Amino acid sequence: MNLTQLGYGKKAVITKVNGQILALKLFEMGILPGEEVELENVAPFGDPIAINLSESKVCLRMQDASCIEIKLID
Amino acid sequence: MEQKEITVALVGNPNCGKTSLFNALTGLNHKVSNFPGTTVEKKTGSFKLSPEKNAHIIDLPGTYSLYPKSADELVTYEILRNKAETNYPDLVVFIADASNLKRNLLLFTQVADLKVPIVLVLNMLDVAERRGIKYDLAKLEEKLQVPIISINARKKEGIDKLKEVLLDEKLRVTAKYFSLERVNQQMLLDLSKITDKRNKYAALQYAINASSLISEKAKRLTEVFKHYEFDIISFQEDEVLTRYKIIDETVKYARLKNTSQLKASITAKVDKVLTHRYYGIGIFLVLLLLVFQAMFSWSEYPKDWLEVGLGAFTDYVEKTLPAGVLNDLIVHGVLAGLTGVMVFLPQIILLFLFIAILEDVGYMARVGFIMDRIMRPFGMNGKSIVPLIGGMACAVPSIMATRSIENKKERLITILVTPLMSCSARLPVYTLLIGMMLEDTAKWGPFNVHGLVLMLMYLIGFGAAILSAWVFKLFIKQKEKTYFILELPGYKVPVFSNLLITIYEKGSAFVFGAGKIIIAVSVILWVLASTGPHANMQMVENKYSVILQNDTLTEAAKKEIHLQMNAQKLEASYAGEFGKLIEPAIRPLGFDWKIGIALLTSLAAREVFVGTMNTIYSVNDDGDNSFGHIKTKMMAEINPRTGKPSYNTATFLSLMIFYAFAMQCMSTIAIVKKETDHIKWPIIQFIYLTALAYGSSLLVFNLFS
Repeated sequence: MNLTQLGYGKKAVITKVNGQILALKLFEMGILPGEEVELENVAPFGDPIAINLSESKVCLRMQDASCIEIKLID
Repeated sequence: MEQKEITVALVGNPNCGKTSLFNALTGLNHKVSNFPGTTVEKKTGSFKLSPEKNAHIIDLPGTYSLYPKSADELVTYEILRNKAETNYPDLVVFIADASNLKRNLLLFTQVADLKVPIVLVLNMLDVAERRGIKYDLAKLEEKLQVPIISINARKKEGIDKLKEVLLDEKLRVTAKYFSLERVNQQMLLDLSKITDKRNKYAALQYAINASSLISEKAKRLTEVFKHYEFDIISFQEDEVLTRYKIIDETVKYARLKNTSQLKASITAKVDKVLTHRYYGIGIFLVLLLLVFQAMFSWSEYPKDWLEVGLGAFTDYVEKTLPAGVLNDLIVHGVLAGLTGVMVFLPQIILLFLFIAILEDVGYMARVGFIMDRIMRPFGMNGKSIVPLIGGMACAVPSIMATRSIENKKERLITILVTPLMSCSARLPVYTLLIGMMLEDTAKWGPFNVHGLVLMLMYLIGFGAAILSAWVFKLFIKQKEKTYFILELPGYKVPVFSNLLITIYEKGSAFVFGAGKIIIAVSVILWVLASTGPHANMQMVENKYSVILQNDTLTEAAKKEIHLQMNAQKLEASYAGEFGKLIEPAIRPLGFDWKIGIALLTSLAAREVFVGTMNTIYSVNDDGDNSFGHIKTKMMAEINPRTGKPSYNTATFLSLMIFYAFAMQCMSTIAIVKKETDHIKWPIIQFIYLTALAYGSSLLVFNLFS
């Protein structure tokens, strides 16, 4: 599954980040495999979304979020 | 030989407290200027390290990596890459947010690998601690092999310790973290030769960044990469992940066992409300309305004091200076023009203050988040909202702020439409016109009608901005894929001294920047308004000297005739001739030749309108009431053509719309040329905005008259 499918308050761990230049930018922002993520806010009209990483909070568009593969942790 | 001054560069991620540290080190002792020979803006300051030694400090824009993706990140990279540059630092002070250490250290290791002496400053340890994160700094130092200083930039703690470390030359060390052993060594040698850099990492990094440009060197670099079948992006991704691995080990080693319970973050709670899916935008609009209401009502008293004070000063100057041309020039030219605009200083400062607070608190990033979806169809993104809101204060710094937008097309569109946002220079114009159009005390529910109309003008500006953006989106070609990734920093209480410094900067920029233009324009205007083609002026004077010789006239009648004479003199003057020359073009908009003069002079800057009106109506004055309210004078004006007041609702609305859209600001034209690097864009911008202003004013005037 990818990040767009994550529900409110659910936690997941990033398994893979696709998309060349986008992936590099995401890495630099701290969004990388092994990091835990949690969906925290959804903007008006359902896009973009704000996610919590272990140490920061970042927002990104659904389109960019679909490049981030995740695995739910229970 | 011992250096007298060392150059220090301040580097770090965005939102790590860099500005607070810069302010804590330099106070008011700093300035904003350009790097010599370039259009790159730099913020520099200086402070004493010891009685004999000075530090010259450069504040570099916050960046996430040394592979720049936006124009502001490029500034930072450019300074750090070129050792031959005069601004190349002797030492980098790297400031890191301890509550987000991993990501901050990514850039730190990249900068350190350029082999520049570096010290690591850890900020926001208190924030980290509240989240249950604590480090053993000795262990961190042991792993990273560079001096580490902990500070609290907001509370100005640890600054002296930092200065001590900067002074100690034994502590000026370099470090190395990332190894290039997996990269083809022959290729690195080739790149070293072409880029003329001995440090292999610096050479490779420069080659990667430069290969995307168009130049002879870039071509050669691309050939080398091709020859060795080097995949740039996989290397960069690999580099970043490898660095994170090293950092992870370091951070784990130095991190103390989690002792305190993690508290629920305040930021999360506040964001639940402020960025709410359904009413987040409503809250934003209400906040804006409150800002305008406060700006209007809080500035009332200081504005009155300024008016009274400056009026008294003008009277004093007029009485003290010997009567004559000089007196006339200073009182009716310079002081009249200057006073008209300076009384708006409180409003402008308040607006800058509110924007600075929203930015400092961390709310601006949230506005970007909730507005991104709305901006997208118009060819912009959430990051465009910061320049657009900043545009309500001043387009010049806002157009510079577009540098954080990665996508070139989105950035260009934002630059092109930002001048449509109602800036503080329009405020004096709107305030004057609204004040004449509506009763002071008019209320609509709990709101002051003045504030509401003003808010409406701002909304019209915003509407025009996004509609124009939509049109530009259709015409400007898209070259790269667009994305929107924005950090939402934790909410903070703004630092009072930082706000004061911001206000001081903006306030003095307005007083001196606008002041200079206004003085120059007022002097020229005064000369043009009080002199004229000799024959014409003589005719008027002769005509009235005959009339005034009539002894049977009462004092009141004489005064009336005096006024008429002055009006006719102004009409006969060069300024009058000039205004009349363009009157046919602006008559359809409801403007007479006097407004025509003001339109011309406000090509330099919009606020000059008020100064010009003051000067015109002051020259037109009979002398014994030199500093009356320009408002009453303009309201009393009768149009000789129609016999009705020159100013009616239709004229006011038409004028306001004209000022809302027209590109009347030299500084903006200059900055657009700088930031777009081409004269084409300011020209296009000037033409479309003028056309928009003329068309809309024409429409409004005809609708309402």
